[in-house]
Amino acid sequence: MIYDTIIIGAGVVGCAAARFLSAYLADVLVLEREEDVCAGTSKANSAIIHSGYDAPNGSLKARYNVLGNAMTEKLSRELDFPFERRGSLTVCTDPSRVSVLEELRMRGEKNGVPGLRILDRDEALRLEPNLADGVVAALFAPTAGIVCPFKMTIAFAENACENGAEFRLNTRVTGLYREDGLWRVQTDRGEYTSKTVVNAAGVYADVLNNLVSERKLRITPRRGDYILLDRAVGGYVRHTVFPLPTKLGKGVLVTPTVHGNTIVGPTAVDIEDRESTATTADGINTVLERSSLSIKNLPVRSVITSFAGLRAHEDGGDFVIGEPDDAPGFFNCAGIESPGLSAAPAIGEEVARRIAEKLNLKADPDFKPERRDILDPSKLSTEERNILIKKNPAYGAIVCRCEGVTEGEILEAIRRPLGARSLDAVKRRVRAGMGRCQGGFCSPKVMELISRECGIPLDEVTKCGGASRITVGRTKEG
Amino acid sequence: MNTVELTCIGCPLGCNVTVKTEGERIISVSGNTCPRGESYARKEVTDPTRIVTTTMRVKGGARSRVACKTASDIPKGKIFEVMREIASAQAEAPVRLGDVLIVNVADTGVDVTATSSVAASDPQ
Amino acid sequence: MTVTEHDIVVIGGGPAGLAAAIAAKKSGVNDVLILERGGELGGILNQCIHNGFGLHTFGEELTGSEYAARFIAEAEELGIPYKLDTMALDITPERVVTAVNRTDGVMTIKAGAVILAMGCRERPRGALNIAGFRPAGIFSAGTAQRLVNIEGYMPGKEVVILGSGDIGLIMARRMTLEGARVKLVAELMPYSGGLKRNIVQCLDDFDIPLLLSHTVVDIEGKERVTAVVVAEVDENRRPIPGTEQRISCDTLLLSCGLLPENELSQSAGVELSPVTGGAVVNESLETSVGGVFACGNVLHVHDLVDYVSEEAALAGENAARYVRGERCEGGEPISLRAGNGVRYTVPSFIAPERAGDKLTVRFRVADVYKNAFVCVYCGDECVQRRKKRVLAPGEMEQVVLTDRLFAENPGLSEITIKIETA
Repeated sequence: MIYDTIIIGAGVVGCAAARFLSAYLADVLVLEREEDVCAGTSKANSAIIHSGYDAPNGSLKARYNVLGNAMTEKLSRELDFPFERRGSLTVCTDPSRVSVLEELRMRGEKNGVPGLRILDRDEALRLEPNLADGVVAALFAPTAGIVCPFKMTIAFAENACENGAEFRLNTRVTGLYREDGLWRVQTDRGEYTSKTVVNAAGVYADVLNNLVSERKLRITPRRGDYILLDRAVGGYVRHTVFPLPTKLGKGVLVTPTVHGNTIVGPTAVDIEDRESTATTADGINTVLERSSLSIKNLPVRSVITSFAGLRAHEDGGDFVIGEPDDAPGFFNCAGIESPGLSAAPAIGEEVARRIAEKLNLKADPDFKPERRDILDPSKLSTEERNILIKKNPAYGAIVCRCEGVTEGEILEAIRRPLGARSLDAVKRRVRAGMGRCQGGFCSPKVMELISRECGIPLDEVTKCGGASRITVGRTKEG
Repeated sequence: MNTVELTCIGCPLGCNVTVKTEGERIISVSGNTCPRGESYARKEVTDPTRIVTTTMRVKGGARSRVACKTASDIPKGKIFEVMREIASAQAEAPVRLGDVLIVNVADTGVDVTATSSVAASDPQ
Repeated sequence: MTVTEHDIVVIGGGPAGLAAAIAAKKSGVNDVLILERGGELGGILNQCIHNGFGLHTFGEELTGSEYAARFIAEAEELGIPYKLDTMALDITPERVVTAVNRTDGVMTIKAGAVILAMGCRERPRGALNIAGFRPAGIFSAGTAQRLVNIEGYMPGKEVVILGSGDIGLIMARRMTLEGARVKLVAELMPYSGGLKRNIVQCLDDFDIPLLLSHTVVDIEGKERVTAVVVAEVDENRRPIPGTEQRISCDTLLLSCGLLPENELSQSAGVELSPVTGGAVVNESLETSVGGVFACGNVLHVHDLVDYVSEEAALAGENAARYVRGERCEGGEPISLRAGNGVRYTVPSFIAPERAGDKLTVRFRVADVYKNAFVCVYCGDECVQRRKKRVLAPGEMEQVVLTDRLFAENPGLSEITIKIETA
C-alpha cells in the first residue's frame, strides 16, 4: 500500500504530526525504533512549556514556541494530559547584568510573548519564597507552564491511533530513497512506501536528511543531566526558575512537575554518541551546585532518581522545519532541541497542514479530537470510586504504594491501543514505579500483570524493550 | 601452635573467638561469651557445618516455589551437593510448613523440610 | 462508604504488626484489626527464607517464614481479624484511617488507637546518585530476594552487590546457591553495615570478596547491565581517581540502607526524627500524636526481628492501656539524649511514671568501637557503664533503665547515653 505520509520517529513531534494529520482523510504510518512512543528525547527533558522570550527574534524556535504555548491549554483539555500555567522566573544574581533581563523582555515582546514583567527582588520573593539570597531581580513570564511530556506524547499518539494512524514500533529505519515520485522507507522489518515523509527522528534527523538532500544538516547530541526530587518536597518551588541564559542553553533550572515532584537540571555537554544517555558524576554534581545559584537550600537529599536526555542541536542553532528544495515531499522536523516540547504542537500542526496542502487532503468528517486519559481513581469522589471498585475490583488493589497506582490503571495502560509492554512504558502511562522506592515493591507485580495480559513468560518481560529483560530465567531450571 | 580467629555464628552477637591448636588438638578457645561459642569454635575448626536454606519447585501449587531447609546442619563441604539434590526434586501441593520434602538429603542423614506452606492452586 | 469503629487498628501485618496486635489482644482489648497491604500476613519475613530468626524469642533458630508462621498462628488462635491486600491511604490526627481493597472499596475506620507498623523500604539507585546508564539488571536486594524466593526467577547470573547491609549479604549467598556468580560486594564505609555472622556465612563461605571503602561509580549497558565500575573512596567517601576497576556483570544489587515508610505517619501529623526517619516516641512508643503508636522498622530500622517483636509487644500493651483509659498521667518527661558516638535513641522521652520497672532503650552507634563503654549519664553523674568488646553501626544496642534510677533521681530532666573509649 502507498501511505500518504510516513512519520519517522514517535517522539512528541512525530506523534503531534500524526495527531494533526489524522484529522485528514489520509493514510498515516508512524515508524519507531523503540518499543514504545515517547522513548527518546521526549521522555527526558525539563517537562516545561516555555513562554518563548528566549529564542532570537524571527527564529523558528521563537515562532513555534509561542504558537505551541498558546495551543497547549486547549490541547490539554481535548487530549486530557496535565498542563499547568505556573509562570516562570528568570533570575539575575549579578546587579551589573540586570539590563540583560530587560533585553530578554524586549526580545520576548517582539516574539509575541504576553505579560512579561521585570520584578525586583521583593516582588520575585513574593512569588517564589525560596529564591537564593543572591537574586536581585527576575523576569516573570506568566504564560510559561509545566506539562507531563509522557502523557502529552502518548495522548497525541493514542488520539492519532484512534483516528486511524498506524504505528509500527520496534521498527528501525535503515534506508530511504525516492523512486517514481514516491518515498521508499526501508526498515529492519520490511519496506514501506509513501507520498511524503516526516523526519522526526530526533538526534538522527540529520542522518535521514542527509540521505535525501544536499542541504546537509549536522546534529550534535547535547546531553543534559537531571535530578528528580521526591514529591515530599513538592511546593518548594512554585514556578519554573531559570538562571540567566548562557550560550549553551538556558542553564540549570528548578521546576515543579505536574505530579508534584521537583526537577533540577539540565547540564549541557556536547557528545558524539547518539545513544549515550548515561548520567555522569560530574553532571549530577554540576546540577546540584548550579541550582543553588537560583534556589536556596534545595532539599537535594530527597533525590529519587537522576536521568540524562539528549537534545538534538543542529549547527544552525534553529529548528529545521519543512521540505528542503531538493527533496520534495520530505518534511524535516529537525534540530528540535529546547524549546522543542513547547513547540511540538505547533510544528505538528504546521507540518500536517503543509502535507495536506501538498497532497490535497480532505478533512476527515469522523475525526475525533478528544481523547481521555487512563482513569485515575484517586481523582474521583469516594462514592464514585466505590462504584468503580464494585464494578471492577482491580481499582481497589493498590500495586504501586508510593504513587498509589491501582491494578485497574495498570491493566488499562497495558490494554489500550499502543498499550504498554514494558515496566518503563507502564511507568510513563500511570506512574507505577515512578515514586520514591523506584519500583522496588511494585515491579514484580507489574511484571506479572504484563506477562499475564500479553501472554508472554514472566522472564521475557523487559524494562524498556529489546534486550532489557528483567530476569534471566527460573530458579532450579538453569 | 596455630591460632585461628573466628566469628561465632551461633547467634547474632557474632563474638570474635580465638582458637589455639597444636596439630589436630585444640589447646584453648577464648573470646566467646557463652558455651555455644566454644562448641561452635571447636566444631568450626574440626568439622564445619551449615544449615542450608533454599526453595524447591512445587507442582500444582498456588505458588511455584516452597521455602525449605535442612532440618539440621550438614557438612559445609556438602552444601552444593545438597543444593543439586533439592534442585532436582519437586514437592507436590499442598505443602505444609514442616513437611519432610527429602529424606536423608545427599546422604547426610538430614532431611529437607518445608519452611513455608503452599496451598494447591485453584482449579480453574 | 463503610464507616466502622475499632478499638485498635494496626497498620501492617508484618512481624511488628502481628506482635503488637497479639499483645494488645492479650492485654484485654478484643477489638483489634490488622490492615495488611500484601496478600498474606508476615510481611517481609515471608521472603526471608534464611535462618537466624527467633533465637531470643523462641530459643531456637528459625527461618524468617517459620518465625512469621508462629506469630500468624498465634494471631489466628486469638481470633484477631485482619484484612489482606488492603492499603491504608490516610490517617488523620483524630485517628480516622482510610483504606482501600478490592472487596470493601474505600473504607473509613475510626480507631481508638492506631499502631503504625508499616516497616521500611530500600534506598533505590536513584537516591544514591550513581552515574551511568539506567538499564535493566539493577535491583534493590529485597526486590531480588522476592523474585528469587517467592516468584522463583533469577535476576541475573553475574552479580555485583553494592552495600553490605544484611539483605545484600544474604542475597550474595542466595544467588550463589542458585548458580549465579557473585563477583564482589562493595561497601562505601570502612566497615560493614551487616551482621558479622552474615559476612562469615554468606561471603567468606563462598570466597566472595568484600571491598570496604569502595563504591560503584559508573553503570554500563544501555538495555541490560554489562558492567559496573568500582572505585575506592577516601575518608570523605569520595571516589579516588585512578582506583577504578571495571567489573563485567549483568546485575547490580543494592543494599544501601533502609528507610522507614512514614508517609502515612506524616499524614497523621506525627513528628519524625531526622536521624531515624521514624517517629519521635516516648516510653510507651507513643508518637507526638496522642493514641498513635509506632513499632518495628517504621519506627527505626532493626537488625533482629526478635527485637521488633519485643518492641511491638510493648506498643501493643501501651495502645491497650490507652484505649482502656488505664494510663497514669505522665509528669514532665525526661529527655533522652544521644551523646558521643550514639546516633539516636528510641524512645526520645520518658515519663518515669509510665516506664514500668525496666525500660529498654534501643540505639545505634555511629562508628565501630572496640573495648568501649556504653554509659548512661544523669547530668554529670555516670549511673551505668558497661564494657562492650565491639560496637558496630550495623548492630542495634540497648541499655535497660530501671525504676530505681528514676526513684533515685527525682526531677531529672535529661538522661544521656554515650560511648566512652577509655
